Amino acid sequence: MTNSDILATETGDAGPPRRWGGWRKGRIDGLAASAADDGGVSLWQDAWRRLRITPVFWIGAVIIGLFVILAIIAPWIAPQDPAAQLLIGQTSRARNQIAPAQPGFLLGGDTYGRDLFSRLVLGSRQTLLVGVFATLIGLTGGLILGLLAGAFGGWVDTVVMRIVDVMLSIPSLLLAISIAVLFTNPNLTTVIIAVSVVQIPVFARLLRGQMLAQRDSDHVLAARSLGVRRAPIVFKHMLPNSISPVIVQATLVVATSIIDAAALSFLGLGSQDAGTPEWGQMLGEAQDRIDSHPGLAFWPAGAIVVVSLGFTLLGESLREAIDPKNRR
Amino acid sequence: MLRYTVRRLLQLVLVMLVLSFLLFIWLRSLPGGTVSAILGERATPAKRAELNAVLGLDQPVVVQYVKFLGRVLHGNFGSSTAVSPGSTALQVFGDRFPATVELAFGAMLFALVFGIPLGYIAARRRGGWLDNAGMVTSLLGIAVPVFFLAFLLKFIFAVKLGWLPPTGRQAVNIDATRVTGFFVLDGLLTREYDASWDAVKHLILPSITLGTIPFAVIFRITRSSVLEVLNEDFIRTAEAKGLTNRVIRGRHILRNALLPVVTVTGLQVGALLAGAVLTEKVFGYPGLGEATAIAFTQKDYPVLQVLILASAATYVIVNMLVDLSYAVIDPRIRTR
Repeated sequence: MTNSDILATETGDAGPPRRWGGWRKGRIDGLAASAADDGGVSLWQDAWRRLRITPVFWIGAVIIGLFVILAIIAPWIAPQDPAAQLLIGQTSRARNQIAPAQPGFLLGGDTYGRDLFSRLVLGSRQTLLVGVFATLIGLTGGLILGLLAGAFGGWVDTVVMRIVDVMLSIPSLLLAISIAVLFTNPNLTTVIIAVSVVQIPVFARLLRGQMLAQRDSDHVLAARSLGVRRAPIVFKHMLPNSISPVIVQATLVVATSIIDAAALSFLGLGSQDAGTPEWGQMLGEAQDRIDSHPGLAFWPAGAIVVVSLGFTLLGESLREAIDPKNRR
Repeated sequence: MLRYTVRRLLQLVLVMLVLSFLLFIWLRSLPGGTVSAILGERATPAKRAELNAVLGLDQPVVVQYVKFLGRVLHGNFGSSTAVSPGSTALQVFGDRFPATVELAFGAMLFALVFGIPLGYIAARRRGGWLDNAGMVTSLLGIAVPVFFLAFLLKFIFAVKLGWLPPTGRQAVNIDATRVTGFFVLDGLLTREYDASWDAVKHLILPSITLGTIPFAVIFRITRSSVLEVLNEDFIRTAEAKGLTNRVIRGRHILRNALLPVVTVTGLQVGALLAGAVLTEKVFGYPGLGEATAIAFTQKDYPVLQVLILASAATYVIVNMLVDLSYAVIDPRIRTR
């Protein structure tokens, strides 16, 4: 009987290790796998088990799925050129006229005689970009600050948290506006930057709190007393155990970013690029016609509401699912 | 308690100092810059240098900052250029402050009066129709952009139905006596009740708009907090002792469940200030939020300085009050 045979019988379905070096690892992995069968499951596995039967999660997931698909295939769906003023002949600002719906123009024209439906479809791309990139930038910044504060503690923690305090002391929208006005040519990138910076302190605070709780936990103490260096402790022990609430928060922040970007556009500080439609910008353009042509504002606003609701529903159901209080 | 208060006040000073420095840097990095703003883009380099010297812009940054700080401490922020030309930035703030306080008060009143009772009932009847309806409403409240909600309410209740005034703070034909600058209070003090009522009518739609997000947050936190307390042993004990429902509700459930509600309410003040920018703009309500929107789009930087510093100070002070109020609600904290 070879060694690998012994191992195979011991660990059951873990399978025999191919090489001599992978042996120990195979054995440990096997043990870990068999332990899982006894009822211990990872946080995310457990969360998924509960998410699968949550209607709220599925509603959110379906909305986001459709939204992402729409954003990807938008150029092939949009019937008209979103920047061309095809209906300008039927549009007059002086007489408060807007082109009505007609064949080829499902929702009619906008204030500049462009096809509203095409702009709405293509606008999904910008909205997705804003939501995703603003969240990623905010998340990255927050992770760096939160890691610094949580990993080192002491004066590093104090300095980082004071920075976070100052950032939080300015209302988020005001901070976003303050950043937005620093750029001479506002475009989609500057909007993303303005909206994302606002989210950094939120992520930093959340991660720091989680990391602090981890610092005092038994497994970190065990690792430290075994002589594991700081970096592996932080990245392999503390971070993976602290990240779940941050990921959940990120889902919710996508919605916040989309709404904040729309607010910037509404205040006239959004993207000035007329060629690429954006929902917030469309809503901003429609605001002075809202009494006579509510449809112009209704469609982009409805789109924003549905998409941000999708991300909110997904985030909320994730939050519920990973909440330790709900674990069996 | 006193030591704690003093420490928090020192913290406030620190935050304000850091913020004033950031504000100074920010003002300096705005596109265009002061010289171009005054002389225009096509001024000769000699003229620019001359004005630079006059304004002290050729001095080291630290010196400039100290001078800036001196002006700020004297309340000298300069004159408004766009929001209300002719008056100083501080006057603009003073004129509009009561309006926003009234609005914020209305919004919080809406959020608390509906949020706490509904959250409590939703928790007591978990899974019932009111619970579900409340959860859906609060999710929608968060997902709907504030300014769109404002448009919607204005369009339905002011434009279509005509029940409430669409814009402003008080009808122009009402000749009300001004005492405090708080229009509702003024009317009550001078017994001009019609003026008071008119101001209230102007406040309803903006208050609901601004109060929707705080309502959603307060409803949810009350609900989850009450749910948690309901599972505690002392509630079962209280029920077993045969205490009346009223006593259990008031002394046992609400008193314990309200702590997180207070925290969240304090945190909402920041969101309220941001929401006021959008709400006041849509409703043409002459408060600090509208001033902020105008100041940003028309580059009225003196006014902006005051507004940003003031909102940060408000935020820090409110959070301090929240922390202090813990001690009032929860005696366990007091003894620590």
